[in-house]
Amino acid sequence: MQFLLTEEERLLRKTARDFARKDLAPVAAECNEKGEFPQGIFKKLGELGFMGITVPEQYGGVNLGYFCLALALEEISSVCASTAVTVSVHNSLVNLAILKYGSEELKEKYLPELAAADMLGAFALTEPDAGSDVTAMRLSAVKRGDEYILNGTKIFISTGDRAGVIIVFGRTDLNERTKGISAFVVEPSFPGFSVGKSEDKMGLKASTTVELVFEDCRVPAANLLGEEGMGMCIALDSLDGGRVGIAAQSIGIARAALDEAVIFARERKQFGKRIIDFQATGFKIADMATDLEAARLMVYLTAKLRDAGEPYTKEAAMTKLFATRAVNRIVYDALQIHGGAGYTKEFLIERLFRDARALEIYEGTSEIQRIVIMKKLLEEYDQMFPS
Amino acid sequence: MKILVLLKRVPDTEARILINQEGTGINEQGVKFVINTYDEYGIEQGLRIREQVGGDSKVTVVCMGPGEATELIRTALAMGADDAVHICDPALGKPDPFTSAIILAKAITDEGFDIIFCGKQAIDDDMAQVQSILAEMLDIPQVNVVAVFELSDDGTKATVRRRIEGGDEKVEARLPAIFSCEKGLNEPRYASLPGIMKAKKKEIRTKTLADLGFGEVPGGTRSRVLKWLPLPKGAECRMVEAEEMKDAVAELARLLREEAKVI
Repeated sequence: MQFLLTEEERLLRKTARDFARKDLAPVAAECNEKGEFPQGIFKKLGELGFMGITVPEQYGGVNLGYFCLALALEEISSVCASTAVTVSVHNSLVNLAILKYGSEELKEKYLPELAAADMLGAFALTEPDAGSDVTAMRLSAVKRGDEYILNGTKIFISTGDRAGVIIVFGRTDLNERTKGISAFVVEPSFPGFSVGKSEDKMGLKASTTVELVFEDCRVPAANLLGEEGMGMCIALDSLDGGRVGIAAQSIGIARAALDEAVIFARERKQFGKRIIDFQATGFKIADMATDLEAARLMVYLTAKLRDAGEPYTKEAAMTKLFATRAVNRIVYDALQIHGGAGYTKEFLIERLFRDARALEIYEGTSEIQRIVIMKKLLEEYDQMFPS
Repeated sequence: MKILVLLKRVPDTEARILINQEGTGINEQGVKFVINTYDEYGIEQGLRIREQVGGDSKVTVVCMGPGEATELIRTALAMGADDAVHICDPALGKPDPFTSAIILAKAITDEGFDIIFCGKQAIDDDMAQVQSILAEMLDIPQVNVVAVFELSDDGTKATVRRRIEGGDEKVEARLPAIFSCEKGLNEPRYASLPGIMKAKKKEIRTKTLADLGFGEVPGGTRSRVLKWLPLPKGAECRMVEAEEMKDAVAELARLLREEAKVI
C-alpha cells in the first residue's frame, strides 16, 4: 500500500519503525517483564517529534495529522503496546484537548513541554460509579474566587502517576446531567491532589494505571478548558480521536501477532510436515491477515477523514470496534497456532494476547462503540428516509 | 567548511535477493531499497563535522542512481544534510566503478569541497573501488575503513583510525581528502519529524550526464559483468541424534563412510 503514503509519511513510518526496533524493543522486553514504566523512552520520542505530532509548530510540535499519528502508533504498538497507549493518550487526548479547547495562555504554558515530552499527559474521566455511563460522574468542582475546588476520585487513569498534566473532568453543576460537566487542566503539584492505588493489570505491564484522589484540590480558574459545562463535549470529541489511536494500536499488536504466528508455523513440524502446510493452520493465518488488512484500511480512512475535517464520530467508533475485535481474534488464533508454547512467557504471543484484551475495554467498550454507531446510523436514516 | 557525502541506493540487507531469469541482475520486485549502511555513517560523520566547525559549514549529499533514489536522498536531508545533487540519467544503467568515479568526480569538482565522506563499500556489489579511483582523479588523499575520526582544531587535517585485522592503524591526512567509513564510526541519527518537515523544502539538484558535460556514458567499459549466478544450494543439514554420544559418533562415522563416501 505504498501508494497510499506520501514520501513524508513513508519517512515518518521508517523513523518510527527503526526507533521501535532498535531503541524500544530491548527496553520493552525488560519493562513488560518487570512491570516497569519505560520513562527514558518518552524523552527520546519527544526529541524525534512523536509526542507533539498534531501540535502546531508555534507550540513546539510538528503540525502533522492523525494519519501520521496512526502510522507512528502502529509501529510503536508492534513492539510495545504499553508504550503506545501512553503515546496515544498523550497525543490524541491530552494535546488535542488543550489545543482545541484551551486558552492561548494554557496552550503556551503546557503544549511546548508536552510536545517535547518534558512532561507526559493523562486523561481522567472514569470514576468508580461512572465507567461507560460518563454522566454519572460525581467528582465535584466548585468555584471559589479565582479557583475551582475539586473533590472526588478517578480510577483506571493511564499514566496518572507519571503525568505532569492531567485533564480532569468534574461536575460544576449538580442539576444538569450532561451540561453540568467541565474539564480542567490539573498539575500534580496542585494542593489536594494525590495518587491512590496502582492497578496490577493483566497486560500492558509497561504502562501505569492508577487511582487519583482529589481532596479540596485547588485548581486555578484559568485552567478550565473551554467554558463551564463543555466537559462532556470535550470528552466525546477527544475520545473520537483517541479511538483512532487505539485502533492503530490494535493493528500494531495484530501485525506482531501475525508475524509470530507465521514464523512459528513455518518452523514447527508435526506429523512430518510444517504446521503452516496444514490448512487448519493456513486458513487461520489467511483470516488473520485479512482481518489485519481490513482493520488497517479502516484506521487509514478514519484518520484521513479526521485530517480532512469531515465528521468521523461514527467511523471512529466503527474502526475502534472492528480493529479491537480483530486484534483479539488474531492474538487468539496466533496463540492457538503456538500450541503449548504460546501459553508460556517464553513466546511473545503470550504478552500480545494479554495486551490486546484491554483494547476492547478502554476508551469506550465495544458495547459503547455499538451504541455510538447505532445512534449515528439512526440519525442518518432519519434524515434520508424521514418516518 | 564544505562537506560532501556520497550516497548509494542498495537493496535492504534484510531483503531476500533472487537473481533474475536472464542472469542480468536481481529481481527487484518487492525488494526494499535503502541507503547503503556504510554511507549512513558517512552522513552522520558529515553532520557531526558541520556541528563541530559551525559557521557556514554545509553538508551536501551526492547520489548517483535512479529516480527512486530521491526518497533516500530525502531521508539524508531529513537527518540534517543541507542539500543534494542527484545524478540521474536513464543512459547510465549500472555503471562500472571507473565510469561511476569519472561522473562523480565531475559533479564533485563542480560542487567544490573540503572533505568527502562515503561508505567503505556498497553492500550490493561490494566493489569498494569508487572512493579510491575518485581520490586519484581528484588528486586528494584517501583513507579507507575509518572507525574513529577527529578533525584538527584549525580544520586543516584529520587524525583517524583505520580498522585493520587485529587492531587499529592511526593515520593523519591533510584536507581536502576522502574518507570511507566503517561500522562503529558513529551511531547514525534518526530522521526526526521536524527534520522530515524541513527536508521537504531542501533543494535536490538533479543532473543528467549532459548537465555534467558528458555527451555519452564516459569511461568506456573497463569491466563488464558477464552473468549473475546464484550460489550453489547448500546440502540440507542432518542432525545425528542418539541417546549416548558414542552411538551418535558411530552413526556419524557410518554415514560419512557409506553415504557421503568421504572416509
